[in-house]
Amino acid sequence: MILAGSWIHLPTSQREPELTVQTDQTGKKLGMWLFLYTEIILFGALFVLYAVYFARYTQDFIAGAKELDRVFGVINTIILLVSSFFVAASITAVRKDHKKIALAGLGGALGCGGIFLVNKYFEWGHKIALGIYPGAEKLVDGPAGQNLFFGLYYVITGLHGLHIVIGMTLLSVSLVLVQKQKITSKNDALLDNCGLYWHLVDLVWIFIFPLFYLVV
Amino acid sequence: METESHIVAYKTLGLVLGALLVLTAVTVGASYIDLGWMNVWIALMIASTKAGLVLVVFMHMKFEGRAVVWSFVSTVLFLAIMIGFIFWDVAFR
Repeated sequence: MILAGSWIHLPTSQREPELTVQTDQTGKKLGMWLFLYTEIILFGALFVLYAVYFARYTQDFIAGAKELDRVFGVINTIILLVSSFFVAASITAVRKDHKKIALAGLGGALGCGGIFLVNKYFEWGHKIALGIYPGAEKLVDGPAGQNLFFGLYYVITGLHGLHIVIGMTLLSVSLVLVQKQKITSKNDALLDNCGLYWHLVDLVWIFIFPLFYLVV
Repeated sequence: METESHIVAYKTLGLVLGALLVLTAVTVGASYIDLGWMNVWIALMIASTKAGLVLVVFMHMKFEGRAVVWSFVSTVLFLAIMIGFIFWDVAFR
């Protein structure tokens, strides 16, 4: 190690600039993955809960799934897959120094996230208007399995929706930093990690969609 | 720098998106065919395939070193053990 300040007075040719900027791309990425593992276990545990109750109350779960609107599920699946493509394309674009494509990709992904949330708002709103919400009389006095199905539906899609909001915040930060040239092909770890988070949110939805909407 | 080889072509990303959309159509189509208990397993297999595509291409798993790959595999194994033991417990109560 060189003591701080001691080398600054050396002529430029004798400095060792690579020692002054220390970036550990591998470490940053591994750290992000470690965090993602905790997310996998978090959603994994909720899916286990779903699986155990599905095995016990299969008919109630099927009846519950029939009340969900498939069209919303399919549209939101397509939206999230496209948004993941946009984020992956923006990472490729940053590495190729295609700034405009990178900004367009991030903007597109943010737009997709927004549409997803609007859809979710209408979907939840419709269910709540029908008297299907946690603690509603219709569910509490109805079959136990349906109460569990919709309880899990609100908890899992709600937690997923929260992740969408967090992911959109991270993508917005990335977009501003790409615009300001703070994220470039030489320094893209932050964009990479925000992208990983967004893809994880997509991964979770890939399992939510068939479990809640396609069980018939 | 090694970053040069880590660039995934736009075309590859587009093809993967196409495959993901096709698989979505397949899983929706399969849900209309009544195969009894098989339906859930088919849906989960298609979902796992989609997840694999996202992981390997979009999340750059194919470029990652051993640390990320094996820690990921360990997490999935841990999840499998957790699911297995919980079902084991519930089944013999």
